[in-house]
Amino acid sequence: MSNVANEFSLLEETLLIEKPEKTEPLGILFWICVGWIGVNVLAAILANVLPMKNPLFEDYNAINVGPGLHHLFGTDDLGRDIFSRVVFGSRVSIAVGVGAMVIGFGVGAPLGMLAAYKRGRFDTVLTTFMYVLLAFPAIIATIAVLSFWTPRALLKIIVVIGLASVPLVYRVIRTATLNVATKDYIIAAKVQGATDRRILIKELLPNIAPIGVSFLLIGIATVITLEGALAFLGLSVNPPTPSWGNMINEARTVLAQNPWLVIFPSLALCLFLLCLNFIGDRLRTHFDVTEVKL
Amino acid sequence: MLRYVTRRLVMLLGIVFVISVGSFYLIHLLPGDPAVVILGTGATPANKAALFKQLGLDKPIYLQYFTWIGNVIRGNMGTSFISQSSVAATIRAALPIDLEIIVLSQLLAFVAAIPMAMRSARKPDGPLDRVLGASSFTLLSVPPFIIIVLLVLFVSIKLGIPHTGPSSYVTFASDPIGNLESLALPAFTLAIGSFVVYYRVLRSDLIATLQEEFITMARSKGISQRRIMWRHAFRPSSVALLGAASVNIGGLLASGFVVQYLLAIPGLGYTLISAINTSDFLLVQGIVLTVSVGVVLINFIFDFVINIVDPRISRE
Repeated sequence: MSNVANEFSLLEETLLIEKPEKTEPLGILFWICVGWIGVNVLAAILANVLPMKNPLFEDYNAINVGPGLHHLFGTDDLGRDIFSRVVFGSRVSIAVGVGAMVIGFGVGAPLGMLAAYKRGRFDTVLTTFMYVLLAFPAIIATIAVLSFWTPRALLKIIVVIGLASVPLVYRVIRTATLNVATKDYIIAAKVQGATDRRILIKELLPNIAPIGVSFLLIGIATVITLEGALAFLGLSVNPPTPSWGNMINEARTVLAQNPWLVIFPSLALCLFLLCLNFIGDRLRTHFDVTEVKL
Repeated sequence: MLRYVTRRLVMLLGIVFVISVGSFYLIHLLPGDPAVVILGTGATPANKAALFKQLGLDKPIYLQYFTWIGNVIRGNMGTSFISQSSVAATIRAALPIDLEIIVLSQLLAFVAAIPMAMRSARKPDGPLDRVLGASSFTLLSVPPFIIIVLLVLFVSIKLGIPHTGPSSYVTFASDPIGNLESLALPAFTLAIGSFVVYYRVLRSDLIATLQEEFITMARSKGISQRRIMWRHAFRPSSVALLGAASVNIGGLLASGFVVQYLLAIPGLGYTLISAINTSDFLLVQGIVLTVSVGVVLINFIFDFVINIVDPRISRE
């Protein structure tokens, strides 16, 4: 009888171990944000096939029209449809945000992981170098390079911002990896004779991925803000290609006549950034909780 | 302490060297013959000879660097062939405006962030903390170029407050009050961005500090809440605040550029964008160099101040 009870309690214990402790739910706001980002990305991808007005078509019979049925968000000072310009404008922001982070993570993350795993001289040299680069104000460097490296094109902007983000990504990923690399299970894997490659990919990568993803989202938001500022200063893609930043830039000259022209792209940009930041922040706290429990 | 400062000083010199090489090399990013691009419409043989002498363009590239850096150290960043004025003089005229905007904005940000962070930290997750937390998080997603456009729309266009709109900058020498009015919106815009960061950093650091044993000790001695906050908790937590302010400087300058561009305030940012648009590359190069070195120097000074506030850091 007591044996059964013992077995039962043992079973219960294993069950307790197997069943992950209930983490705090991500919340409805989180999923609304995910949905909003999804809608934006879909609209940006499908902008060409969606039944929308041409964002470059200038309708001189409808100049500075307010929001209405015919033009959902109204028209600008050249009679172009603001709604379709906002949708098409999201393409530049999303392309720069994702593209630059692909470069930043593509270069910075492997280096950061390797440095934290290998340590030694490789780590010291690389980290010192990255810290020197980090001291360089990235925004000013970006403006400087883009103003000299003419003519400006979307790809150049992505490359410049992407490279500028490498030191930051390196630092975050290196710190995250350092925290994991000293854990017992990594040492256990080493003792078992696992190759470096296996440890890096199978053991380290999955454990730093959550931190990486939340930083990736916040990074995309930061890059989009930077591109917006560059576009506002007229240093991003050339008009008439719409982007959220250059729409706001063009709107500043007709601010008094047509405030809608600045309000809609601003709203689109801020909502997009807010959702990205919120998802990133939520994921970070969410995974921090599980990390403490490990 | 002395060893720490020396080590940082060596690092500083290294960084300044890297910045100078980067700024120097910018000219060579230009497509085609730099001399032709820099001179633009003013490409007369005499000008070309002057530029070659100024930049040493006929020498190998490392000698060009030494020619250039030698001139820069002596305070000569060249003469712009577009505006025919000295680059260094143009920068000296514009720089005070940036500094004024930044100092004003930082005063506003600190005055707002410190008391609010203290209030929040006193009751974490209380109603005030939640409201401030949510609103500061939202503001984090509003870029400065949107804040300033909206401020101009409501304050200077709808309310019609003088000196706040575009192209209405008043110099300090001619009218100090008007000068403050014309810099009010820029300072406020930069202050919002800084406030959000300072508030969030100081709040979370204060919450951690308030759980330390020396705070419990102070409480048990019956020291007032106010005194504990200012005398016992603020000093250790101010290190985080200073660190945030130091990191913030580069972003502040960039936000300043955006604001000046919109309002046509003749600071470094407006000068820089105009120089880019008129292809005045020597001026762009001079501003990039000045601003980057300035940011690095300010960071160095902040490091020093942080060490004075918390001497434990240099002993590590």
